[in-house]
Amino acid sequence: MNIQTTSLYRRRKLFNQLVMGACVAATLVGFLFLFAILFTLVTKGLSALSPSIFIERTRMSGGGLGNAIWGTVLMTSVATVLGTIIGVAAGTWLAEYGGKGWMAKVIRFINDILLSAPSIIIGLFIYAVVVVPMGNFSGWAGVLSLTVIIVPVVIRSTEDMLRLIPNSLREAAAALGAHRWWIIVRVCYSGARAGIITGILLGFARISGETAPLLFTSLNSNQWNFFRLGDEMANLPMTIYQNMTINAFIPDLVALAWGGALILTAAILILNIAARYFSRQRS
Amino acid sequence: MATNAIQTDSGLGRLSEATRKRLQRKARIDVLFERTLFVFAFAVLLLLGAIIASLIASSWPALQRFGLDFFTENRWAANVEIFGALPAIYGTLLTSFIAIVIAVPVSFGIAIFLTERCPGFLRQPLSTLIELLAGIPSIIYGMWGMEVLAPLLRTWFPTVFPAGTGLATAGIILAVMIIPFITAVSRDVINTVPAVMRESAYGLGCTTWEVASQVILPSVKTGLVGGVVLGLGRALGETMAVTFVIGNNLFLNTTLTGQGTSIAALIANQFSESDGTQRSALLALGLILFLITFVVLAIARYLLRNSTGRHA
Amino acid sequence: MTVDLHFNAERDAEPAEATARSRTASKLRVKDLNLYYGKFHALKQISMEIPERQVTAFIGPSGCGKSTLIRCFNRIHDLYEGIHTEGQILLDDHDIYDSGVDLNLLRSRIGMVFQKPTPFPMSVFDNVAFGIRLYEKLSARELEERVEWALRKAALWEEVKDKLKQSGQALSGGQQQRLCIARTIAVKPEVILLDEPTSALDPISTGYIEDLINELKKDYTIVIVTHNMQQAARISDITAFMYLGNLIECDDTTKIFTQPKESRTEDYITGRYG
Repeated sequence: MNIQTTSLYRRRKLFNQLVMGACVAATLVGFLFLFAILFTLVTKGLSALSPSIFIERTRMSGGGLGNAIWGTVLMTSVATVLGTIIGVAAGTWLAEYGGKGWMAKVIRFINDILLSAPSIIIGLFIYAVVVVPMGNFSGWAGVLSLTVIIVPVVIRSTEDMLRLIPNSLREAAAALGAHRWWIIVRVCYSGARAGIITGILLGFARISGETAPLLFTSLNSNQWNFFRLGDEMANLPMTIYQNMTINAFIPDLVALAWGGALILTAAILILNIAARYFSRQRS
Repeated sequence: MATNAIQTDSGLGRLSEATRKRLQRKARIDVLFERTLFVFAFAVLLLLGAIIASLIASSWPALQRFGLDFFTENRWAANVEIFGALPAIYGTLLTSFIAIVIAVPVSFGIAIFLTERCPGFLRQPLSTLIELLAGIPSIIYGMWGMEVLAPLLRTWFPTVFPAGTGLATAGIILAVMIIPFITAVSRDVINTVPAVMRESAYGLGCTTWEVASQVILPSVKTGLVGGVVLGLGRALGETMAVTFVIGNNLFLNTTLTGQGTSIAALIANQFSESDGTQRSALLALGLILFLITFVVLAIARYLLRNSTGRHA
Repeated sequence: MTVDLHFNAERDAEPAEATARSRTASKLRVKDLNLYYGKFHALKQISMEIPERQVTAFIGPSGCGKSTLIRCFNRIHDLYEGIHTEGQILLDDHDIYDSGVDLNLLRSRIGMVFQKPTPFPMSVFDNVAFGIRLYEKLSARELEERVEWALRKAALWEEVKDKLKQSGQALSGGQQQRLCIARTIAVKPEVILLDEPTSALDPISTGYIEDLINELKKDYTIVIVTHNMQQAARISDITAFMYLGNLIECDDTTKIFTQPKESRTEDYITGRYG
């Protein structure tokens, strides 16, 4: 019994060490891959960076990424504003009025599905309902497809954050004679603000890297297009994609694509870090 | 809400006219506010309906023309107007399967390391890093796969990966892409296990692995499975990480490492230069992809709802 | 490695040796124990002895360090960082803070029951068998016997004998806590640590568990932390009063409750603070 116990325990300990070793190995392998990606991105991207990349427009030879960067900033910003209005409103309804009713449950479920629906499908949808009737690819179509992607993110975070506001606060405000909408606007939003902003920033970060939905909506362009959202609009992800595929035979354009990829990733990481900063302020 | 207005009128008759007016106005705003919010919430339902309806409507010509052959035809040949979904469906399912097979053990390993074994000073930085990496746009993974991974595979295993690109390469890239995501979800789910639970397992003399495998993981099983299925959903619908490395072979190639295509990659490659039947057939592919991911995501959400479920 | 083998040899020699000792031999001896949560000095210079096969109760106001102290006995604090201890705790003359001590083995010798019931996500039977399987290879029949024995000891057998296959988490709170006790004694530890085991339970379940403790002390050394002075008076042989991280007084329970030496003990017992 004694010897048996010891040998059983030895085996358990050995097995534990093996599995824990495997966990450490998994961590190393996982981070190795991710660092390899970041390394490639930084080395290839940095060599393509120069001040002119932000100023010059895209061309078939040489040029920069100025119009593409501007297009991405404009389209994602407009989409974020639209998405915030729709998402905060719908999220508020779910948290404050929908409660446990069947309607709220269905909407919540559908929203969760949309939250991770493939973005290329959203692109196809906007193509079918916007691009085809309008007859041409346009910045608006791009904006709308990005809006469809960001709305579920904002709805989710708005609802989650409003749910964190304790009911006693609502009751206290109601006991002072405040109306429900006033309670929501003054009491609930002020408590949930940081969390909602976090959600919006995360959504903003996500849509700024989306490529697939822009393929059939805004398409791309080599021209400067500052505010004419009715026309085709240049954007960074599409430029990267085209430079890496149909224009891949031109080394300069491939280098530019890596520069663009670095700018895009850096911007997204900064947005993510800003989002974390806001969520930390909450807690 | 409606009762508010009635009470202001009848029950509180002693109020001055001005106060009464103000209360009535606020009560009206109350109703208006709720209705407006509801319209936006309801729009989410309409949106899903519109997506499905528009995909069905625009893919109808192709589905009508090919019928069930669309699902059994093993090539996608635009020049002869023969469109079969089989190569793309096969590629979508296989690449996602490979991705899950690689990503799940690695992600769980990292999550267990982070929650059970990681030295304290590294825990927060590594967790933050994982979450940041989950936000990298997928096109970056695709570019890296094309520029670095595919050439490496071709040089190291020329017999297995003669071209470097292919279904297995796409699966590996997808795995690398969803590892941060599954890890982040798993870590969050594992962190919901109360500390006393771990303490009482250690208190019986368990090793770390026994605590993890027999107490912690089983108590959050549904949450973990939900996270994995959510990761699967991402892999199934991913376009950019796949397009670059899958090889874009439009004929069915039932091998693991050969070149192939996936639904998303095929749409991305051909959509802009297509019209007529081909465009309709591509939209039909989109419909199939949406239905597949819908089922997968519905399962994931169902499983995650009850555990933690705060993930994008 | 040498130390853990030593521990193991001890494990089986123990019962015979123990009967030979006097009933009041010390099972655990705490020597000049200090504990810091980061910079916060949570336990200050604790020294005391815990007699074998008796019930030792720790009482004191919230935050006095009583739970912190018994969590030192199985070194569960080691799961967390930023906690630092000095001094010694001797289990049968071996310092459990010795660097060679194997924590898993230590914890299999010193069992612990927590404030909230912690049934594992598995069946009632597997919950009890869980710990046994870790250290012993028993045949199916032996295992069943041992599980039944532990459940009987924990006064739970009659209630669960028909639902051994059901999830342990489906039991009531009081049953869950007794299940955790059964799980702990199934391993046949030498010491059982109980950290406010009844504070989450109703009075009837509390009664069951107090009876159980009385029963268990025939075979085990029991250390209990309690919020409830009456409980300490009812079930313990020795009572230790702690206050602000200091051990104020430790003596026979009857003495502590009738003629405490320290005025602070008296103040607490008579309800002047706490």
